Amino acid sequence: MDALVIGTIIKVVLVLLIVSALAGFGTYIERKVLAFMQRRLGPTHVGPFGLLQIAADGIKLFTKEDIIPQHANKFIFSLAPVITAATAFIALSAVPLFPTFVIPESLPLIGGAIVPSVIADVNIGILFVLGMMAAGLYGPLLAGMAQANKWGILGSARTAVQFLSYEVVTGLSVLAPIMLVGSLSLIDFNSAQAGGIGSWIIWQQPVAFVLFLIAGFAETNRTPFDLLEHEAEIISGYVTEYSGLRWGMFFIGEYSNMFTVSILAAVIFCGGYGDLGFIPGSLALLLKVVFFFFLMLWVRASWPHIRPDQLMWLCWKVLMPLAVVNIVITGIVVMI
Amino acid sequence: MFEQIAFYLFSFLTIGLFLVTVFSNNILYAMTSLAAGMVLIAGFFFLNGADFLGVVQIIVYVGAVMALYAFGMMFFNVTKVVKEKNTSNLLVLFLGVSIALLMVIMFLSPIVPEAIFASVPPEPNATNPEAVGMVLFSKYLVPFEVSAVMLLIAMIGGIILAGKKMDQSLTKIEDEIISEKDVK
Repeated sequence: MDALVIGTIIKVVLVLLIVSALAGFGTYIERKVLAFMQRRLGPTHVGPFGLLQIAADGIKLFTKEDIIPQHANKFIFSLAPVITAATAFIALSAVPLFPTFVIPESLPLIGGAIVPSVIADVNIGILFVLGMMAAGLYGPLLAGMAQANKWGILGSARTAVQFLSYEVVTGLSVLAPIMLVGSLSLIDFNSAQAGGIGSWIIWQQPVAFVLFLIAGFAETNRTPFDLLEHEAEIISGYVTEYSGLRWGMFFIGEYSNMFTVSILAAVIFCGGYGDLGFIPGSLALLLKVVFFFFLMLWVRASWPHIRPDQLMWLCWKVLMPLAVVNIVITGIVVMI
Repeated sequence: MFEQIAFYLFSFLTIGLFLVTVFSNNILYAMTSLAAGMVLIAGFFFLNGADFLGVVQIIVYVGAVMALYAFGMMFFNVTKVVKEKNTSNLLVLFLGVSIALLMVIMFLSPIVPEAIFASVPPEPNATNPEAVGMVLFSKYLVPFEVSAVMLLIAMIGGIILAGKKMDQSLTKIEDEIISEKDVK
């Protein structure tokens, strides 16, 4: 077989394993960070600092009884979690995860091979990732409609509302940086900002950055936009009837979407995997992703939920005009 | 080899999914297979190297079918089977025959290979979005602008139709006032 095919398969398996594990670790970090911000301790009992809580939760999810409600549409009900998890991982396949590097010659068999930074280097990477993440919302939508539960229907109605609100803002907010760079490839974005902190696009496009972050929060169902499973209003929304492993797959999908949005924000606006002074590129990207992940938890700890009509008002009446004005100004500046 | 496998896989899946869309009585199956088929069509664009069009296909149809789902949610009980009313056998006959004719013409057309050619051959050095942009903004500039104006008109029409009471928020109005208005 082709070396490229084997290398791609190895990378796919590695990313699948690492991101699934990170999703579990993400829940631990989220609980700890939220706990410290609310002057609690979070998980402490299982293992040192409660670290084995992840393993305990995993065992619980795997061994829990899998219940499908009597009147639910069984096929769609079991398909929905797969859609969420699969699209989240497909989106990750077009995102740069580390700088391109060469495996040292001293290693047997694979020595000297060049490892490119992206699994699938499509030259429209940014659109592909956004499109795949948009397709991921079919998971919650179908889950809510298939489970024959009124809370579920409300959850999927809110999914449609949320999708139709933020989708325009996401597209328009990344359009201005795309006009500056002149390419849709995330690799080109990275090399356009290779000149250190001063050349980051965030300094030229602060408005687009804030808009993208807000839309990204809505895209990953994070607070303040987690309308789909608003515990206080609609029980658990689209996951009301789910249990065990299927529920866990929704969770893995949501957390890998958080990673994808963090990586996108880092690569499009904050220099990506370019070296940062004495910090090597891969570590710099990791630090940025960790920061954006922390930002999501920080916002969750400090902001209340908003209502669906407030989300629509925000997206269509505030964010979209701002994004359009930003694009017009960027266009004039680029032309001059 | 991979391309052939992928082509036949996508073909069978797309045709099968759209057949489900047409023949299913369950609104949830119909719309889910419609959405999946629309996304799978993007695979053909990717196979032919038209990455940009493929992604546009995904983004546009994901949003469009999502709106259909919203209507399905409002008007049907999605877990039940819908009873269809067949109003006219003549219409079914006409549609069936014309679609069959169309299929025959479509499958026969490759017999005359000279009839199929690219009217605008792609630039050899341009990347995919660049090639699309060059054709759109040179040869097809007028249709492009006309469709842009049409979309603008449609948007303004939508805002005017929907926006009569946009400055009022239903959640801020007291319940009694709403029920009074409903009575009237």
